[in-house]
Amino acid sequence: MEGTDGVFERLVHDHQDRIFALGLALTGNRHDAEEVAQDTFLRAYRALGTYSPERVRELKQKAWLHRIAVNVVRNRMRGVRPRLVELNGCEPARGASPEEDALRRIEIDELAARVSALPARYREALVLRHVQDLSYAEVSEALGQPVGTVKSNVHRGLKMLRGESNGHGDD
Amino acid sequence: MATVMIDLKRLGDVKAPAGFAERVLAHAGVGDSYAVFETVLGPVYVAWNRLGVSAAMRSTSAEAFEAWFRREVGRGLVRVAPPADLATRIEDQLEGKRRLRFDLRGLTPFSQAVLMKTLQIPRGQVRPYGWIAREIGHPAAVRAVGTALANNPIPYFIPCHRVIRSDGVIGNYGGGGPEAKKSILTLEGVQLKRLQDLARSGLRYEGVRSTKIFCFPTCSHGRHVREENFVYFHDEGEARRAGYRPCKDCRPAAA
Repeated sequence: MEGTDGVFERLVHDHQDRIFALGLALTGNRHDAEEVAQDTFLRAYRALGTYSPERVRELKQKAWLHRIAVNVVRNRMRGVRPRLVELNGCEPARGASPEEDALRRIEIDELAARVSALPARYREALVLRHVQDLSYAEVSEALGQPVGTVKSNVHRGLKMLRGESNGHGDD
Repeated sequence: MATVMIDLKRLGDVKAPAGFAERVLAHAGVGDSYAVFETVLGPVYVAWNRLGVSAAMRSTSAEAFEAWFRREVGRGLVRVAPPADLATRIEDQLEGKRRLRFDLRGLTPFSQAVLMKTLQIPRGQVRPYGWIAREIGHPAAVRAVGTALANNPIPYFIPCHRVIRSDGVIGNYGGGGPEAKKSILTLEGVQLKRLQDLARSGLRYEGVRSTKIFCFPTCSHGRHVREENFVYFHDEGEARRAGYRPCKDCRPAAA
C-alpha cells in the first residue's frame, strides 16, 4: 500500500505541470484545466491501487496519464456543444506578477481558448503532439489511434489553427 | 507559420497553479491536511492524512506551522475545515480515553520505536529515558532516545512529556520549554513535588510492604497505598536484596 502512495506522490510531482497544460489546451480555461488535472490524477490513483507491482513498474507514465486526461476531457465534453472562443476566461495572475508575465499569460490563455475550440479529434492529436511534445508513437498509444490517423489529424488541426490565426490578424 | 508552433510549445510550458500537487494528494488521502484545534493546551495545529495524525505543534501562525511541517516532515500541507469528529477524537486522545493512529513514516526505525514505546506510558505517569532505551532493546542508547524524543513531530499526542530524567530534573521540552512540560504533567495528575523530592534524595523506586513489589514512583499500583506502607530504594539491587520484585506493569527492571 505504501508503495502505491509513494509512486503516486512522485507521479503527481513529476507530471502536474504537464497534465495541467494539457487540460488548459484541451478545455481552453484554467478553471476547467485544474479540474481535469485533478480528476486525471485521482483516476490514476484509483487505478494504481488495482495494478500489480510489475504493471506499476512497467507503466509508461506519460502516455498513460495523457490517455486518462483525454478520456476525462471527452467525458466532460460529452453532450456539450463546442463552445465559442472564450477570451475572458482568465483570472488575474497569481501573486505579484510583473506586467510582462501577465501579458504572456493572457496570450497563452487566448491561444488555449482557440485550440480548445477545434473539433475534438484534431484538437487531441494536435495538443498531444505539439503542446505536450509527445512522439507520434506516444500520441497513437494515448489516443488509441493508428499513427497515420494521428499524423493527418495533427496536420489538419494545425491548418485550421493557422487559418484562425490569420483571421485574427496575427500575420 | 512557425509562430503557431512556437506558441503551442509555450502553451505546453504552462505550470500548474501553486499548491496543486498538495491539493491532489490530500484529496486522494495521500497528502496531509491540517486545521487548528482548541484543546486543553490551547490552540494546537494538527496535521493528518489517511494513515493517521502526522504532526502537531503550538504555532504562532498558519504560515509558521506550514513552514515547520515542510522542513521537518518534507511534504506539503493543505489547510482544510476539520472533519466533524476529529476535534472530539483529539480531545479524547489528550485525555487518555482513546488512541488515535499516527503516521510516523520518514522517521528512522529507532525513532519510531522510541515514539511507539512512549505512547504506552499511561497518563499521570512518567518514565526515565533509560527505561525507553531498555524497553526497545537498546539499553545503552539513552542519549539517542533523548534526541528522538526532542524531535517528536507529534508532541502532546505522543506524550514525550512523560519521559523525564531519572535525577528528577524536568528536562527541556520541544513543545514549549520545561514550564510547559511541568504544567502538562501537573494537568495529567503527576505529583511533581513528591517525584522531585524523591529524585533529589536519590530514591528511584517505591516498594509496597504488603506486596513486596517495587515500582516507579508514579506507577498506578501505588495510587491507593498509604504513605507509611511505602519503602523507597536507590536502585534495583537494593530492592531485590530486600526481597522485592519489579512491577510487571511499569517494569522498573527486567523481570
